[in-house]
Amino acid sequence: MVRRLARPHHRPARKWQRSVDTLLNNLDIFTTGFKNTAILFVVSAVFALILGTIVGGMRVSPVPVMRAMGTVYVNIVRNTPLTLIFFFFVFGYPKLGLAELSYPVLAIIALTLYTATYVAETLRAGINTVPLGQAEAARAIGLPFMQSLSLVILPQAFRAVMPPMISVFIALLKNTTVAAGFSVAEAGAIRANLSERGEPAIVVLLWVAFVFVVLVALLSAIQHHFEKKWQVTR
Amino acid sequence: MTTEPAVRPLVSLKNVNKHFGALHVLQNINLDVSKGEVVVIIGPSGSGKSTLCRAINRLETIDDGEILIDGKRLPSEGKELAALRADVGMVFQSFNLFAHKTILENVTLGPIKVKNMRPADAKELATNLLTRVGVATQAEKLPAQLSGGQQQRVAIARALAMKPKVILFDEPTSALDPEMINEVLDVMVELAAEGMTMVVVTHEMGFARKAANRVVFMADGEIVEQDTPEQFFTNPRSLRAQEFLSKILK
Ligand SMILES: Nc1ncnc2c1ncn2[C@@H]1O[C@H](COP(=O)(O)OP(=O)(O)OP(=O)(O)O)[C@@H](O)[C@H]1O
Ligand SMILES: [Mg+2]
Repeated sequence: MVRRLARPHHRPARKWQRSVDTLLNNLDIFTTGFKNTAILFVVSAVFALILGTIVGGMRVSPVPVMRAMGTVYVNIVRNTPLTLIFFFFVFGYPKLGLAELSYPVLAIIALTLYTATYVAETLRAGINTVPLGQAEAARAIGLPFMQSLSLVILPQAFRAVMPPMISVFIALLKNTTVAAGFSVAEAGAIRANLSERGEPAIVVLLWVAFVFVVLVALLSAIQHHFEKKWQVTR
Repeated sequence: MTTEPAVRPLVSLKNVNKHFGALHVLQNINLDVSKGEVVVIIGPSGSGKSTLCRAINRLETIDDGEILIDGKRLPSEGKELAALRADVGMVFQSFNLFAHKTILENVTLGPIKVKNMRPADAKELATNLLTRVGVATQAEKLPAQLSGGQQQRVAIARALAMKPKVILFDEPTSALDPEMINEVLDVMVELAAEGMTMVVVTHEMGFARKAANRVVFMADGEIVEQDTPEQFFTNPRSLRAQEFLSKILK
């Protein structure tokens, strides 16, 4: 393989053809891989957003116990490498004798718990950017606490954090590949599967990387769009 | 027991005290405001004017004493407090319009969410109020697109939309460029003339003379003296008021 790379200009058209063949002949494995990546990503993203919003709310809660619980969770999980969290769920969790869960479900739990801490911290930073006067004005017209939060504070906090929040989800998208190391057949596992079919590893990896770049570029475009759109509001 | 006075005050503070740590920021404050009255609160920086104003709708809590709005004691938290706040309008120095909502939505939010008004009715009410304060043409813009004077007039419309019994103003013109002060004061003078009950923290003597029934002078957390604007500005009795006036008249 090294020798092949050393002569990159040898019949380039053939080579390109071969690369495309690698993709087309194994489309099944590619699509399964990316389908699983998409499922891991979307499901973890939704749960992380919900859990993260709750934890972020706890972090700014006037109740000290809530604040403390939020802080402990965020600090412990965020300072643990993702692979360790996966290790815990894939090898540790089954030994706890709790309900048996499949690898993809465990992967989603690991990704959710990990990503939620970033969502919470990003949201908390966003809430802190909303001036105190906004909450006071909301209270002054007679809005109760929960409505002040949901109608006035959170919409502004979400707008302020949209770009960094999308960065959190871009990281999540990349982190889904960690699941490959733990027997989940997502996109990161495509290479291993195709090597078994005798396909050149480097070509496969390049294709996988290419699709990831496209996906991340897509998310970045959305991020850019929101940055532009909400500039006026802030 | 003394008998109830024939007309009870709309706002009544009785022996109100508040500390910020060691600082005794409100010292035994007694103040009654009757319906339709316009009271101007004046005094040096740090004397507790904002704190007093904010205590009336409980944006600041108090340590002891009591505050009554239309005879009802201020509830401490929850739905009741929110309901009572709907009756007490507030206009802030820094406007505090909801930054993510249009001018129209700023005014309709309270009527729709707090008073359960139908959106169409709230819109009509808001449009009338915006016309009254002279910013109806800006209805679809966001607050950041308006001048300070326009934003403050919207803030007044937002307060009026709740049909409050009293409106509190905390230095409503001190964040404004000089050329915009009058457009806001004019709206306030008009409100006063229509009989709105108002508590106004301001150093605008022109407004006080034109619209106020009473000037309350505060210093170091105490109400030092109160009088008609004419009497207070031409003939202050306390030494501290004399000193203060000589400084701001310079
Ligand atoms: N949240 C707070 N915590 C601690 N001290 C405070 C707080 N708010 C106000 N103070 C202090 O209380 C005192 C009175 O403040 P207040 O804002 O009521 O004065 P003011 O008369 O409105 O002054 P200004 O004319 O500058 O607005 C000041 O010394 C101020 O520093
Ligand atoms: Mg003040």
